[in-house]
Amino acid sequence: MTPNLQSDFLVDKEKNTITIKREFLANRSLVWDCYTKSELLDQWFAPKPLTTKTKSMDFREGGHWHFAMIEPNGTEYWSRFDYLSITASEKYTALDGFSNADGDINEELPRAKQQLAFTDKGENTLVETVVIYNSLADLETVIQMGMEEGMWATLEKLDELLLKLK
Amino acid sequence: MVADKSKSIRRDVFQAIADPTRRAIIFLLAVGAMTPNAIAEHFNSSRQAVSKHLKVLVECEVVNQEQQGREIHYHLNSDKMKDIEKWLEQFKQLMENRFQQLDKLLENLKKQSK
Repeated sequence: MTPNLQSDFLVDKEKNTITIKREFLANRSLVWDCYTKSELLDQWFAPKPLTTKTKSMDFREGGHWHFAMIEPNGTEYWSRFDYLSITASEKYTALDGFSNADGDINEELPRAKQQLAFTDKGENTLVETVVIYNSLADLETVIQMGMEEGMWATLEKLDELLLKLK
Repeated sequence: MVADKSKSIRRDVFQAIADPTRRAIIFLLAVGAMTPNAIAEHFNSSRQAVSKHLKVLVECEVVNQEQQGREIHYHLNSDKMKDIEKWLEQFKQLMENRFQQLDKLLENLKKQSK
């Protein structure tokens, strides 16, 4: 569908970071809006077949985005992104976290820091996402949770479906 | 399975690769099974230090011990190492899935603004 667009996925196990670079066929201000306005985030953030529902969005330093990813059967996974620093149209840093429907962060579960940088690449935009975990043990907890909650299983099913449809 | 009686430390594949010496041991064993002496020859650290690392690797189920005659051979349990790779692959797919939805949204937004 979108050939020759840059797409990188790098893992640094020593530094507990995952770096994802992806190019998009749109100018920077449009891509920035898609990442920072909840009415747009709601349209793409949850991977299919899940959908995104924003409860509140306050995109400013010290503010947060409180949202749920919802499975087709209605199961809700609540999260909260706390915005730590923002440079408009260029970059922002957020702390992700699992929360409940009231927006209370589950402090027992690890939180990862996400650094996003938006740069021009010709007429396109390159988005670099760096996900930083405090430790590999933190990452493992997140992995186990994902597996327990069945989110990964859902994705595997989707892959199978896509293969069939091809 | 040898359990750590003294304290309940995490014993998993992530702990296994958290230490540079253990990563080096895993790298060595990826080539083939080795005796503890042969492994220790590759390191400046004491034999005891290497054997401690081997103990951790066995407890993490990253490395298996096998008695061959009078000697013990250590070999890599590659299934365990695949756990991390598997998750990373799924995370990669999740991100790509998400990005493809953003591709579509951007396409629609561009059409609307025209």
